[in-house]
Amino acid sequence: MKGNNKVLLEIVGLRKTYGARPVLDDINLSIHKGEVVVVLGSSGCGKSTLLRCLNGLESIQGGDIKLSGKSLTDKNVNWQEVRQQIGMVFQNYDLFPHMTVMENILLGPSKVQKRAEKEVMEQASQLLDRVGLLNRKDDYPRQLSGGQKQRIAIVRALCMNPEIMLFDEVTAALDPEMVREVLDVILGLAKQGMTMVIVTHEMGFAKAVADCIVFIDAGKICEIAEPDEFFSNPKTERARQFLNIFQY
Amino acid sequence: MSMNWEFIMSALPLYEKAAWLTLKLAFLGILASLGIGLLCSIVLYQRTKGLERLVRVYIELSRNTPLLIQLFFLYYGLTKLGITLSEQTCAIIGLAFLGGSYMAEAFRGGIESVSKSQIESGISIGLSKLQLVRYVILPQAFAVTLPSLGANCIFLLKETSIFGAIAIADLMHVTQDLIGMYYQTFETLFMLVVAYLIILLPLSLFLTWLERKVRYAEFGN
Repeated sequence: MKGNNKVLLEIVGLRKTYGARPVLDDINLSIHKGEVVVVLGSSGCGKSTLLRCLNGLESIQGGDIKLSGKSLTDKNVNWQEVRQQIGMVFQNYDLFPHMTVMENILLGPSKVQKRAEKEVMEQASQLLDRVGLLNRKDDYPRQLSGGQKQRIAIVRALCMNPEIMLFDEVTAALDPEMVREVLDVILGLAKQGMTMVIVTHEMGFAKAVADCIVFIDAGKICEIAEPDEFFSNPKTERARQFLNIFQY
Repeated sequence: MSMNWEFIMSALPLYEKAAWLTLKLAFLGILASLGIGLLCSIVLYQRTKGLERLVRVYIELSRNTPLLIQLFFLYYGLTKLGITLSEQTCAIIGLAFLGGSYMAEAFRGGIESVSKSQIESGISIGLSKLQLVRYVILPQAFAVTLPSLGANCIFLLKETSIFGAIAIADLMHVTQDLIGMYYQTFETLFMLVVAYLIILLPLSLFLTWLERKVRYAEFGN
């Protein structure tokens, strides 16, 4: 547990509703610098919505989210600035199809952060090399496999030098043999001390990568535990049921 | 029935001049209509307050009135209000007014075809609204829109054939004049058709080529 580091992202009493229907209710969670939090829960429990709330893709109806102590519900918050510090990777990769791999990666750093192209290019090359795709930098997304696209999407988010990375079921759309190459990249990031919130259905991976498991059920946090404890001895009945489904 | 080639040869310079004029007016009108269409589609997409309503009224007005009436209004109507525009200016404005709405609808279709997740992906790397339009939405929308933009260009070019109604010596006008003076109906209409084909066929082929090229470069996520 890296709990003695400072709190990077703090969620206090977060409530999200679609009309009258509550999707998330009274979510409280502190994510420390360098911590890897894995969010588990059955489909539709609100875990993806939680991630989307964290970078402002969804509005929230109550509570607060604080990034490095600064409230994100403040009227004057500059989301464009906040999003540079919060990298997000989606289930369907969503690389821009009309741009090459390199152009995809450079777009944010050069247009949003106004960094010098040469410097960004160097960083991008390094990151691409690390995920084993430097030789594909001039290819278009359609020329890549799903796993390769997802690794590029991770590099694209990383190149903004975010403080924290959000992964929303990033392997859910992949063929089984491509899942591993993507998970390996994320595991590598964890080892380097990247702060991450990961929503996944890969239980083995969750166990390996997480410092902390957050189990959500019906929009509420049901259980927060260390992975060993959660997987061997879940405290709540709901978590036990959930884990049973995955044990064949 | 035999063709009077001598007459055709003598009328050729007139047709050449008229063809260039048609081309010039069409080019400027279409260019302006592309600009208007793009702006309108962005206003509709961004739901800019106030402007959105104005754009909707414009689109309905422009699409549901004939170009001939629009030209008459510009040419004769505005003079009553003390604004006198030259024939050519009226023609260009008229064409742009008509084409703008068609282009706007074409662009809008393309913009709406860009998936929500693409947009969220752009938002999540911190792009501003305008950057999102410029770097993510428009390039993808363009590939989808191109066929209808092309169809609109050809449609507008053909619409120029009523410019004669406000005394512009375009292809149609020249033809009508010659028929009136020399009764060489068959020859003049033959030349008219050939002239339009010479203008429209290359354009049509070019657009087909462009569509294919853009499609190959852009598609497949």
